[in-house]
Amino acid sequence: MNPFDYRRAEDAAGAAAMVADNPAAAFLGGGTNLVDHMKLGVAAPEVLVDITHLPMDEVEALPEGGVRIGANVRNSDLAAHPLIRRRYPVLSQALLSGASGQLRNLATTAGNLLQRTRCVYFQDTSTPCNKREPGTGCSALEGYQRYHAILGASPDCVAVHPSDMAVALTALDAQVVVQDAATERRVPIARLHRLPGEAPEHDTVLNHGDLITAVELPDMPMAVHARYRKVRDRASFAFALVSVAAAMSLGADGSVSDVRIALGGVAHKPWRALRAEEALRDGPATEERFAAAARAELAEARPLPGNTFKVALARSAITATLRQVHAEARGGDGHGGPGGHGEEQR
Amino acid sequence: MRVEFTVNGHAVAADDVWPGESLLFVLRERLGLPGSKNACEQGECGSCTVYLDDVTVCACLVAAGQAAGRRVRTVEGLAAQPARAGAGAAGADGGVGEAGGIGADGRAGGAAVAAGPGSALGARGDTAAGGAAGADTGQRDPDAERLSPVQRAFLEEGAVQCGFCTPGLLVQAHDLVARTVGAGGPVPGDAHIREALAGNLCRCTGYQAIVAAVRRAAEREHARLAGQERP
Ligand SMILES: Cc1cc2nc3c(=O)[nH]c(=O)nc-3n(C[C@H](O)[C@H](O)[C@H](O)COP(=O)(O)OP(=O)(O)OC[C@H]3O[C@@H](n4cnc5c(N)ncnc54)[C@H](O)[C@@H]3O)c2cc1C
Ligand code: SF4
Ligand code: FES
Ligand code: FES
Repeated sequence: MNPFDYRRAEDAAGAAAMVADNPAAAFLGGGTNLVDHMKLGVAAPEVLVDITHLPMDEVEALPEGGVRIGANVRNSDLAAHPLIRRRYPVLSQALLSGASGQLRNLATTAGNLLQRTRCVYFQDTSTPCNKREPGTGCSALEGYQRYHAILGASPDCVAVHPSDMAVALTALDAQVVVQDAATERRVPIARLHRLPGEAPEHDTVLNHGDLITAVELPDMPMAVHARYRKVRDRASFAFALVSVAAAMSLGADGSVSDVRIALGGVAHKPWRALRAEEALRDGPATEERFAAAARAELAEARPLPGNTFKVALARSAITATLRQVHAEARGGDGHGGPGGHGEEQR
Repeated sequence: MRVEFTVNGHAVAADDVWPGESLLFVLRERLGLPGSKNACEQGECGSCTVYLDDVTVCACLVAAGQAAGRRVRTVEGLAAQPARAGAGAAGADGGVGEAGGIGADGRAGGAAVAAGPGSALGARGDTAAGGAAGADTGQRDPDAERLSPVQRAFLEEGAVQCGFCTPGLLVQAHDLVARTVGAGGPVPGDAHIREALAGNLCRCTGYQAIVAAVRRAAEREHARLAGQERP
C-alpha cells in the first residue's frame, strides 16, 4: 500500500475538485470496498478525500412526488426509512439481502453503487485481469465462472456488478445526481454503469472526480408492489448468483398495463430487462406470458462453460418474481413492507 | 497523523497513525485493546465488531481517520452496564467499570489475550471462570454481576468454544438486545437473532448455543425491564 494523505472536503464542489486535480486521489465513503481494496493492493490511492461528513445524508420527499436519497445515507438507514419501506419496499428488500448488519451500517448509497466487481481474479493481484491492469488478460475466461456474466460480456471481461441495491434502483428508474468541480448533472441509472467492451477498467460513465451527491426516485405508484428476489449459494450473507427486481401494474381488465424488470448477477451492469418488459406490456397477465417474457430476455444470453446453469436459473427467477408481483398487484394494498421478499437457496 | 476519539468513555489519542490504517489496528496495536479480534480483515467474519457512535461496524474496514471525533465502544466496554437503547451512547457517557475501561492499567485488554478462552468475554481474565462457577453454584460473584447480560448468558449457555468469534458476537448481540427489548420491543425470535448475527462467523460452528445465549440475554433483560416498570 502506498503512503497517503487523508482529507476532509468543505463542500461537494470542493471535494470533486480535490479528486479531479489528483489522479491518485479517491473519495472515501463507508470504506467497506475501498479500504478492503487498499489492503489487497487492488487500489492504492495516495489521497483519500473523506466525504462522509458532507450534508448528503437525508432521505426526503420531493415536491413532484419522488424521493431524494443523499449519497451518504447508510444502507441500513435507507432500508429502514419509512418512505422507502412504504413506497419502494423493493429497495429495502434489496438492501437487506446484501452484506451484513455491520457492513450495511457503514456502506453508503453512492459507495454501494460504485462498489467494484467481486470477481476473484480482480481481487487477487497475482493473477492477470484486464479490469485491474488493462491489457494483461482475463483470468476468468479459463477459470472460475460461477459468479460471472451471461449477458453483455466481452472477450476482455466477463465480470458482473455485485450490488443488490443497484438492481432495485434500476427497476425504479432512479436518477443519479453527479457533481463535478463546476456543475451538477443527472445520469439515469441505466446509463451509469457500462458494459465492459474493450475498456473493462471503466465500470461507469463517470469521470475521475465526479462526485455522486444523491439518487432520486421518481413517483411510481406500482413500486408499492415491487419485489426483490435473490438466488444465492447460502441463505444469507452471500452475493447473488442471479437476482430480480420487478414491479407490475394492472389495468381494469387485469392485463399488464406497465412493468419494470431488472436483473442482478448476470452482467457487468445492473441489467434492465427491456425485452421482457416489452413482451409483457399491454397483454394478459398469464403464467405462459411470464415465461415467454423471461425467455425473450435470455434469448441473447451467452453463458460461459462454468455458468450455463445461470440461464435457466435466471429464467425461473424472472418467472417466479413476476408471479409474485402479479399476486401483489392483484391483491391491492396491505401487502407492502419489506417482510415478504422471496429468498432462494441453491 | 494524530487521531483523537473516545473509547469506552475515555478520550484517547493515537499518534503516528497512517491514514490507511484500520480502526481495528489502532485499537489493538496502538491502544492496547485486543478484545476485538482480527481474523479475515475483509468484513466477512464480524470478529472485529465494535460500536462506532451508536451502530455496530466491522472495525477492520473503518479507515482510522474516520474514527476521529467519534465514540467507539469495544467488547472491553460492555461490562458493568445493562444493555439498553442507545447503549453506544451510554458507554461513552461513562458508567464503565474497571472491567471495561482501558483506563486503569490496561488490564482489561491485556488479560483478554493472555487468559485463554474465557477472556474472549472481554472483561478481566478471571471473570469468565468466576462467572461460570457462580452460575453453577448459585453463589454471588461480584465480577459476574458486572458483566453485561449477553456476557453472562454466553457463559451460562456455554456459547464459547475457541472464543475467537466471541467478542464480535457479544457486541453484535448486545446491539440486538438493545434495539429490541432495550427499546421496549418483544424478545427477538430465533430467525431474527440469526439474521442479526449473519455477519458473525463461528468457525467452531457453535451457533445453537450462541442463539440460545442471545435469547436468554434478551429474555432476562425483558424480565428486568418489565420488573422496573412495576411500581
Ligand atoms: C463481506 C462482504 C459482503 C458483501 N455482500 C454484499 C451483498 O451481498 N450485496 C451487495 O450489494 N453488496 C455486498 N457487499 C458490498 C457492500 O455493499 C459495499 O462494499 C458497500 O456498499 C460500499 O459502500 P461504501 O460506502 O463502503 O463504499 P466505499 O468503499 O467508501 O467506496 C466504494 C467506491 O465508491 C467511491 N465513492 C464512494 N462514495 C462516492 C461518491 N459519493 N461519489 C463518487 N464516488 C464515490 C469510492 O471512491 C470507491 O471507489 C459486501 C461487502 C463485503 C465486504
Ligand atoms: S472477468 Fe473482468 S474482473 Fe474478472 S479477471 Fe476477467 S477482466 Fe478481470
Ligand atoms: S476481521 Fe473484520 S470482519 Fe473479519
Ligand atoms: S467459538 Fe471458535 S470461532 Fe466461534
